[in-house]
Amino acid sequence: MKVVVCVKQIPDPADPGALDPETRTLKRDVKLILDESDSYGVEMALQLVDAAGDGEVHLVSMAPNNERSGLSTALAMGAASATLVSDPELVGSDALTTAKILAAAIKEHSPDLVIAGSESSDGYTGTVPEQIAGVLDLPSVTAAKEVEVDGSSLKVKRQTDAGYDDVECSMPAVISVTAGVVEPRYPSFKGIMAAKSKPVDEKATADLGFAADQVGWDGSGQEIVDVVDAPAREAGEVIEDDGEAHLKIVEFLDNLKVL
Amino acid sequence: MTLDTIWVYAEANDGELSSTTQELLTKARDLADTVAVVYAGDGDDIAEAAGSFGAETVYATGDLDDALVGVPVAAAIAAAVDAGDGPDAVLLGTSYDGRDVAARLSVKLDRTVITNVVDVEVDDDTLVGTEPIFGGATNIKTKFTGEGPFICLVRPKSFEAEASDGDEADVEDLDVPDLGNAGGATVTSRFAEESDGPKLDEAGIVVSGGRGLGEADKFDMVVSLAKQLGGAAGASRAIVDSGWVPYSQQVGQTGKVVKPNVYIAAGISGATQHLVGMKGSKNIIAINKDPEAPIFGVADLGIVGDVHKVMPALIEALENR
Repeated sequence: MKVVVCVKQIPDPADPGALDPETRTLKRDVKLILDESDSYGVEMALQLVDAAGDGEVHLVSMAPNNERSGLSTALAMGAASATLVSDPELVGSDALTTAKILAAAIKEHSPDLVIAGSESSDGYTGTVPEQIAGVLDLPSVTAAKEVEVDGSSLKVKRQTDAGYDDVECSMPAVISVTAGVVEPRYPSFKGIMAAKSKPVDEKATADLGFAADQVGWDGSGQEIVDVVDAPAREAGEVIEDDGEAHLKIVEFLDNLKVL
Repeated sequence: MTLDTIWVYAEANDGELSSTTQELLTKARDLADTVAVVYAGDGDDIAEAAGSFGAETVYATGDLDDALVGVPVAAAIAAAVDAGDGPDAVLLGTSYDGRDVAARLSVKLDRTVITNVVDVEVDDDTLVGTEPIFGGATNIKTKFTGEGPFICLVRPKSFEAEASDGDEADVEDLDVPDLGNAGGATVTSRFAEESDGPKLDEAGIVVSGGRGLGEADKFDMVVSLAKQLGGAAGASRAIVDSGWVPYSQQVGQTGKVVKPNVYIAAGISGATQHLVGMKGSKNIIAINKDPEAPIFGVADLGIVGDVHKVMPALIEALENR
């Protein structure tokens, strides 16, 4: 079974950086890491391939400056190879364009299954996996919390507001997984060393058949027209617990007449 | 300045519109002359409810035979647009199904989607969406530059819902074209998690727990306090990812947006991921042992202390009242 996992390399969420006032895009000059949301997809892909008994996991990532530190993490976890799409023309691409680019890179590998995180931890549009499915004209199940391959179809528990749905889906298919769906493994030392020699296929926009005006700011159907500070919330009273702080909470709730 | 027509993707339960759908319809009335809804199901079920929030028409797909709704609903809307019967804009709530429909529709129509919108306005003949970034510290305004229909995914609780006293909406069929290969996902059964008390995103009081609880069992304290206060229990992403609490209880950027009267954060540091989901609460109480925790920056009452001492004492004090 061949599984392609979409991985995003993002600035460390603990230090998310800033918006570039010129380009109005996230500053990406910091070192990028593997989006934790995607580590679940990588782990799930590795487990499914293991369970199938054969096959491999290929990664697809679109990132600025040929950044590959996040890819290296995923390769060290056990993925076999990767496609890295990087091109200055891609700056400003919207989610739909991103999906088209990723879909083109995925298509070259004719996978049985495509896995992505439900949403990235920086942009969190949450639409790219389903858009990839749309571009590839494949069925899809988003918000998967359990996935099992059963012959040529998938059995998925899909998160819902009320609980979950059991979903059956024909393959090839695209799924997006929720965080916490599996326990991502830590790369072993051996894995880290092996990752250094795994093939990473670098591609520019044109290699995937796109013209410059189809991607980036030109290809995106939106433009940022304003950036404003949101009204800040004022901090209130902060007290140190002296063993009686719970009474302060009771008083606070009492004053709100909610008790 | 208004658009001619907006369609709202309606989600409903037993004939009752979801609160997000009500919010979107309320806003859509300000933005367009004509408001209609798209519904995956029998249109008669929601015609009265949709009308009472100002929708003139329910475009209904009818029974979808348990297909996941993203593919068929998007295909049906796209077919209407291609036939020249489509709207100027489609508003959808940020929900599991809303996202699927919006994403599929964007591919079908080759139009961008503006996501995580918390406000939307008409500018000339296009729409401008406001989206919070960096945990809500900054808002960006994004304008559609191409042709419509404009597709907006709007976060729950962005607007106040207000009924319009409109008449029952007309019901029209929205034909679903042949879906081909993409229509291969079907729901075989549905499970609802048992929960008593109010729903997390509708509760007047929410008590949430985070990593500071130390271990999964301690989440029981959060549940007890929520129950005592007649509220709902929520959780930070950290403990949902750790498997202590189901994802349906997650409050944050990923997860539910809550705006209760009272929000009590127990052992939650206040990562931006969490703050964006709860900082619209009217009154916020935070208990955390780290005085530097960002949660104190938004709390009306902050207790620097050990949740394992403060929470049991609070629960006992409330019991004795």
